[in-house]
Amino acid sequence: MSTSASDRSIITDSLGVGLATGAYGISFGALGTAAGLSVWQTCVMSLLMFTGASQFAFVGVVASGGSPLTGAVTSVLLGGRNLFYGLSLARLLDVRGWRRPVTAHFVIDESTAMAVTRTSSHQARLAFYWTGVSIFVLWNLFTFVGALAGTAIGDPRDFGLDAAVGAAFLALLWPRLDSTLTRIVAVAGAAVALGFVPLTPAGVPIIIGGAAAVLIGLALQRRGERA
Amino acid sequence: MSLLWIGILLTAAGCYALKIAGLSVPDRVLDHPLTVRIATLIPVALLGALIAVQVLADGSALRIDARLAALGVAAVLLWWRMPFLVVVGVAAASAALLRLWF
Repeated sequence: MSTSASDRSIITDSLGVGLATGAYGISFGALGTAAGLSVWQTCVMSLLMFTGASQFAFVGVVASGGSPLTGAVTSVLLGGRNLFYGLSLARLLDVRGWRRPVTAHFVIDESTAMAVTRTSSHQARLAFYWTGVSIFVLWNLFTFVGALAGTAIGDPRDFGLDAAVGAAFLALLWPRLDSTLTRIVAVAGAAVALGFVPLTPAGVPIIIGGAAAVLIGLALQRRGERA
Repeated sequence: MSLLWIGILLTAAGCYALKIAGLSVPDRVLDHPLTVRIATLIPVALLGALIAVQVLADGSALRIDARLAALGVAAVLLWWRMPFLVVVGVAAASAALLRLWF
């Protein structure tokens, strides 16, 4: 993701991320129907929520016997990171008028990660929309296929799809680990989140870990300035 | 309407509200140095937390299994500057193979 990337390489990379992430929709579809949702409900989730981690969290709570309202709270809490992604994207994408409500629907982990490293609005938009729209199309298509096929395609874990997500997140994080500060912040986020896994409902550890790590990062920056 | 539908629609509305709110933050807030710092720290902090939970959590327990091995494989491939799709594909395949063998 160098700053000198050509428009064409940005589009190719974006479509690659779109394919890898979109294909994971098949496991969401399968897990959704396995959790007791109808095919229609599972597909509506991908169409209207369109934020993978929140969708999995909702289905996870429902599958473990939790109330759909508990699922909603967990899921929206987890979607809180999209608000902060918007903060990073607002200036870079500079969308106004009718474009803003449309653009908002595509604010997710991957479209943000692909866009925020660009230096110009033109390239940021290119990365954001190619990634976001290609994921949207494929994610919904594969959700439908997964929901129809249900458990017939087998446990998504047999294909290592759960490990693929961790690897994708690491690949997105990797280029940002270029300073001691960011390394400490990433490890702090991981450690705090893991500490809260046994204590809080699914999804909450990510919010607490992320928030704690940001505070640690701010404190370290302040100390660095004083020194 | 079933409780499940209510949950789904509430979640969809909430998730969208958060997305649009982030994009609609006024310029004077965006220009604030603290906002700038927080906005650059957030992706790193959240990705760190997301990776840890994705790889080590199993419900409310922590579990070391094929996912951690696959993350190690991904780290090596990233170190070698392999492209994104190779990293993700090989990590998934190594987890799948490990589960097949053990």
